[in-house]
Formats: sequence, structure tokens, C-alpha cells
Amino acid sequence: MRELSLHIIDIIENSRRAGANLIKLVINEKPVSDNLLTIEISDNGKGISAEKLAQITDPFVTSRTTREVGLGLALFKSAAESCAGKLIIKSTPGEGTDVEANFQYDHLDRAPLGDITTTISNFIAASGDKVDLIYQHYYENNSFDFDTRKIKQELDDLSIQNRQVTVWLREYIQENLAKIRGGEAF
Amino acid sequence: MKTLAELKELRDKVQREMKKRDQGTRAEIIVGMGTCGIAAGAREILKSVLAEVEKRELDVRITQTGCIGMCEKEPLIDVKLPGKERVTYGNLTTADIPKIISEHVVNGNVVTDLVIAKH
Repeated sequence: MRELSLHIIDIIENSRRAGANLIKLVINEKPVSDNLLTIEISDNGKGISAEKLAQITDPFVTSRTTREVGLGLALFKSAAESCAGKLIIKSTPGEGTDVEANFQYDHLDRAPLGDITTTISNFIAASGDKVDLIYQHYYENNSFDFDTRKIKQELDDLSIQNRQVTVWLREYIQENLAKIRGGEAF
Repeated sequence: MKTLAELKELRDKVQREMKKRDQGTRAEIIVGMGTCGIAAGAREILKSVLAEVEKRELDVRITQTGCIGMCEKEPLIDVKLPGKERVTYGNLTTADIPKIISEHVVNGNVVTDLVIAKH
């Protein structure tokens, strides 16, 4: 994957297909203070058994009948490990799954975060009615807090997947990311 | 700077324009979003679909699905018009999207040369 945000789509899709109705994405950029980038995705989906968890990042253990297990996590793990980072997966069956990847921020092999605005707004446009998304983005001491449940309160009975809402959300996310990252969008 | 308070205005504006429609009578576009689809460019495909739908002010239901086992033909989308068979388009680029939407979704004519399956 050319961008880390493509891995994020992939992991969020896993959550959606695991029946989650609430997904939380936290991106923590600390380029100066810690030289660290952390991406954490947690959900309240059906979870993964301990037995399966042990094999989950092995692409060759994958089978077509277990759809939530595939190449995606293996690729994400390899992306983290090639940047002096690691991937940690925790899960409790019936409660949910938590995936955290960290990367050395200035590592030469680290892919750019990429178009995170499209990543988030696409997901909401296609799945927002059924799945809520909390998205928190930190850049050094700045932060952007986004929660589709709050958006839905404002929208009342209008669908969050409405195309005009999608356009608004895109701009809203883009503006806020540019603001916390010092005027620089992605 | 946009604020959440603006959403109420947007909601009122959209609701004034919008006629309540029955879900079953809307066209549906489904974008393949498995690992294979994402790696092949599905995010940009979905972005193009959303942009085209907005540009033409269409009332279309857009959803996503996982890997359907045709990884080598990704990125792919399905178009389902009410009462018609579901058509799968594959090996797409973003340049194909305006054509599929104008010819199939708007005018009801399947874009035969991009079709890989019908259900």
C-alpha cells in the first residue's frame, strides 16, 4: 500500500465486517517530540479468538471462509516493522478488537499518511448510517476530535450519507486537519 | 472555518429540497473495498463515484463490500437499478466512472465493454 491511510481503510473495513457499530480511530503524530507515529483502530465487533489471534498476521494461514482474516493485517504489520515499529493486536471475543501500529516518524521507508480526508469521508458516505466513527487526530500538542454521533445529533433525521452532507464533511475534516498540522493538509 | 452549528442549516436546506423517497426505488452503487480492491485503487474509485453523484445531483445509494473473489479484476463496482439485474464492472480507472454513471445510472444503458459479470 502506497499510503498508511489505505491500511486504515482496510482495518476499518475489517471492523465493519466484524459487525462493529462503533469504530474509533486515533492517529497520533509526534514528529518532533518523540519521532513517532501511532495509528490505533478499535471496534466493538465480534472479536477474534486467542487461537486465531496468534495466526492472524500470517498471510499463509488465511482462509477464504474466515473473511476477517486476510492479507490486510499482514501488510499493515510489515509496514510498521519495516519502519522500526510494530503492530499490536488485542481482542476479546464478543467485545471487540484493538489494532495499534507504530512507526518511526522519519524512517525512510515510512509511507506517507496520505489522503486521510478521503479515507474518512468515503467511509462515512458508504457506511455512516450503520456504523459510527470516532476519529481523533493529534499533531504534537494540537488535536482534532470528530465523532459521527455528534454530527448525527445536528442532522436529526437527515442521513449522514446524504451527498450534500458528504461534501460538507470533507471540507470540515480537511480544514481541521490543515489547522492542527500548521496549515498544511495532506 | 466550518462549525458543527452549520450542519443544522445544511439539514434544513437539504430537507426543503428533498422529497422523501422510498429506499427500494433508488439506484445502488456498491464499491469493492477488500484489501485487493483498496490496493488496486478502490478509494479513488469511491471518491470519483461520490464526486460524480454530487456533480449530477443524483439520489443514489452508495455502499461498500468486501472481497468477492475477483481480486484480479479490482477495482470493481456493482450498479443495481431498481427492478434490474445487478451489473459488475471491473478493471476500472477513475476515468470510467463518469461514463458508467451517465450511461448506466442516469440513462439505464449498460456500458457493455466494462462489464465483467451480471447477476
